[in-house]
Amino acid sequence: MYDFKGFTLDWYKELFQDTRLLIIVLNTIVVALLAALISTMIGVLGALAIHMARKRNTKNALLSLNNVLIVSPDVIIGASFLILFTMAGIKLGFYSVLLSHIAFCIPIVVLMVLPKLSEMSPSLIDAARDLGASGWDVFSKVIIPYISPGIFAGFFMALTYSFDDFAVTFFVTGNGFSTLSVEIYSLARRGISLHINALSALLFLFTMLLVVVYYFISKRNKPNGMGVGK
Amino acid sequence: MSRIFRFFIAIALVSGVLLYAISSLNSEQGYSGENTLTIYNWGDYIDADLINRFEKETGMKVIYETFDSNEAMMTKIKQGGTHYDIAIPSEYMIDKMRKEKLLVQLDHSKLPNLKYIDKRFMDLPFDPKNHFSVPYFWGTVGITYNPKMLNGKEIDSWSDLWDPELKNQILLVDGAREVIGMGLNSLGYSLNDTDKGHLLEAKNKLDSLTPNVKAIVGDEIRLLLENQEAAVGLVWSGVASEIMAENEDLEYVVPKEGSNLWFDNMVIPKTAKNVDGAHQFINYMLDPKIAAQNTEYVSYSTPNKAALQYLPKEMVEDERFYPSSELTEKLEVYENLGKENLAYYNELFLQFKMHRK
Amino acid sequence: MENKLTRSLYAVPYLLWIILFVVAPILLVLYYSFFNIEGQLSLSNYEKFFTPVYLKMIFSSFWYAFLITAISLAVAYPAAYLLTKTTHKQLWLLLIITPSWINLLLKAYAFLGIFGTYGAANNFLEMVGIGSKQILFTDFSFVFVSVYIFIPFMILPIFNSLNDLNPTLLDAANDLGASRWTTFRRVIFPLTIDGVKSGCQVVFIPALSLFMLTRLIAGNRVITLGTAIEQHFLVTEDWGMGSMISVFLMITMVLIMMLTGSRKRGA
Repeated sequence: MYDFKGFTLDWYKELFQDTRLLIIVLNTIVVALLAALISTMIGVLGALAIHMARKRNTKNALLSLNNVLIVSPDVIIGASFLILFTMAGIKLGFYSVLLSHIAFCIPIVVLMVLPKLSEMSPSLIDAARDLGASGWDVFSKVIIPYISPGIFAGFFMALTYSFDDFAVTFFVTGNGFSTLSVEIYSLARRGISLHINALSALLFLFTMLLVVVYYFISKRNKPNGMGVGK
Repeated sequence: MSRIFRFFIAIALVSGVLLYAISSLNSEQGYSGENTLTIYNWGDYIDADLINRFEKETGMKVIYETFDSNEAMMTKIKQGGTHYDIAIPSEYMIDKMRKEKLLVQLDHSKLPNLKYIDKRFMDLPFDPKNHFSVPYFWGTVGITYNPKMLNGKEIDSWSDLWDPELKNQILLVDGAREVIGMGLNSLGYSLNDTDKGHLLEAKNKLDSLTPNVKAIVGDEIRLLLENQEAAVGLVWSGVASEIMAENEDLEYVVPKEGSNLWFDNMVIPKTAKNVDGAHQFINYMLDPKIAAQNTEYVSYSTPNKAALQYLPKEMVEDERFYPSSELTEKLEVYENLGKENLAYYNELFLQFKMHRK
Repeated sequence: MENKLTRSLYAVPYLLWIILFVVAPILLVLYYSFFNIEGQLSLSNYEKFFTPVYLKMIFSSFWYAFLITAISLAVAYPAAYLLTKTTHKQLWLLLIITPSWINLLLKAYAFLGIFGTYGAANNFLEMVGIGSKQILFTDFSFVFVSVYIFIPFMILPIFNSLNDLNPTLLDAANDLGASRWTTFRRVIFPLTIDGVKSGCQVVFIPALSLFMLTRLIAGNRVITLGTAIEQHFLVTEDWGMGSMISVFLMITMVLIMMLTGSRKRGA
């Protein structure tokens, strides 16, 4: 590590020729994006359900159930999901991995959205209703814009969880489907080769770039939003 | 529509495009076809070039999946769900898998190249007559150390580790059998001892090693020793050979009190669909020239006697990694001690870890 | 028009998730926790749990989780506050989150290099004249790296609450002659308490079952319940004991939720 021999681009050249690794990278990204997307949608609805719960006990019970997956170590989640999937006869692979990622991302979304919901003053909804807004209108034009920072936070945290997960994915994957984490962990025994580091560096720079581009595009479009775009 | 809906629609579109790209890549590579062979192995534990050659020769498409621990691999095979045709577990796992009926019996008539395997490594207790497994790589457990950091001090036995001069200089691997085994060996007991008195004695002896132990770590021991984070490490010979390739100052020694002899082995799990293809693959890997190329890539010790002639002399004649048969006689292979004894080993190991604080 | 049933229809996917992916695994884990290593039905796991070895482990799990949460909060709150004052605050926030998408193992390996005897941290200490110290495998490095990993989870919710704070409230407090400290204590902090609470939850709860880092960064000097569960599932194959500890973690989590949740109602 310290007898550093200079810079080389060889690792990067090697990368682009490796189709297997390319598929793995794409798998990782798709699973993360879809898992974050779907878990955010379900999580927002879940947070609403918890927020609207009238009885305090129901609220607490729902919240506790919500957090079970956060407190359980990945090994347990992975092993129990594996048992569940094989019992249900779901083929291991893309769908089983996606389903489990959605499952363990939901609670984090709920926890990110809830504080925004409780900050929202109830009179806002009452006002909208008085003005004749339907249930869907209240939801899409009042609640969603108000809690959108929480939704974004949930989405990005879900991405983080999904990118980072090794143990759960390992257990529920199969039939040739693999993600970057599984690949990296299984390399540990033989030493993590430099091309994995090169790959991660590349992905990191790429996401940074995407983030910056996305930010400035959405900034420019902002004035066009119909007032509700927060 | 508000910003958030537009954002979500964009994400969905991107995912769709990526999914399409993945599926076309998969079919282009032939991974979604019928004629496939699924191999379940440690990461980077085979020369990828050999897989390509095998694919060309047989027309089969190899799907390569990886695991990071024997136990996790076994759980996956036990639960099923994927048609693994070949797996490469360590020897103590073979016995367990055999007893749980997770392995397919090998048809030796389809493995003519089996004759090239060194007789020393055939017909071992974990798989008598090699009904279920063929050795892939083998090695020992020993001590790697950096004489430069120890003012030229030499180490050749387990008991040398208790030297007060080595204060805070030792890294241990995070394995109950290896660490407790070191205690047992240093007391002259067998690695497969199940006598609770002996085990407790070994644990107490280990407790007195505490001041010398800098950390108990996993696979990262490789990186730490390369970086000279500590002078001494308890490691597998495979790891040692890799470290020494990176840092020439280091030495490796199999302690004279005795130690462990390990094997990674090719097996056909019960989940296999392409049993014929699996036999073909095992036979292919046993071909001396193929085995030699794989050995050069992986740099562990090969059990293939005929392959040795194709390997560089300095590699094969290195007594540290190809010890003489006199020495291997003294080494012990781990036996499957049963769940309860194993749990006791782990319990003691846990206590030893906690003792340090 | 809208009866009760259709109005709660929206909660169906979430409730389905709870039943399939939360309740079912809980039942499974509970079921396993009553089997000893030989596969017989027994309470031995529960007896074993209340021995000094495990009690010590519980204590250290809680202690480190507490430390990690407290330090994360201490760092994240001012950081989030400063972020809300920058011009491109959303961008900075995103840039804080993206490094957490690099694989944990790779980051941990990087820290092994940085904190090592000949690593960057020690080079720096040499340079300023303090001299080389053992940083790796200490409580300090363990807590440091854990905080580093968890901090985005703490910053996000706090940032969101701070960002929505009505600036007129601060002006009002100012006009009424409140000092900056009083404004913070009486106005800002109470109004952002929901964000703080959710940040603490998403840090403390997972920190209780942290494993990986205990080995990589602390060299197994720190042993937590998470480490023990992982060992039982993957090494000893004592799924019963592993499940039992996990049941304990779940109960603890419920208790924590009840404690932090009930106060909320009083407000």
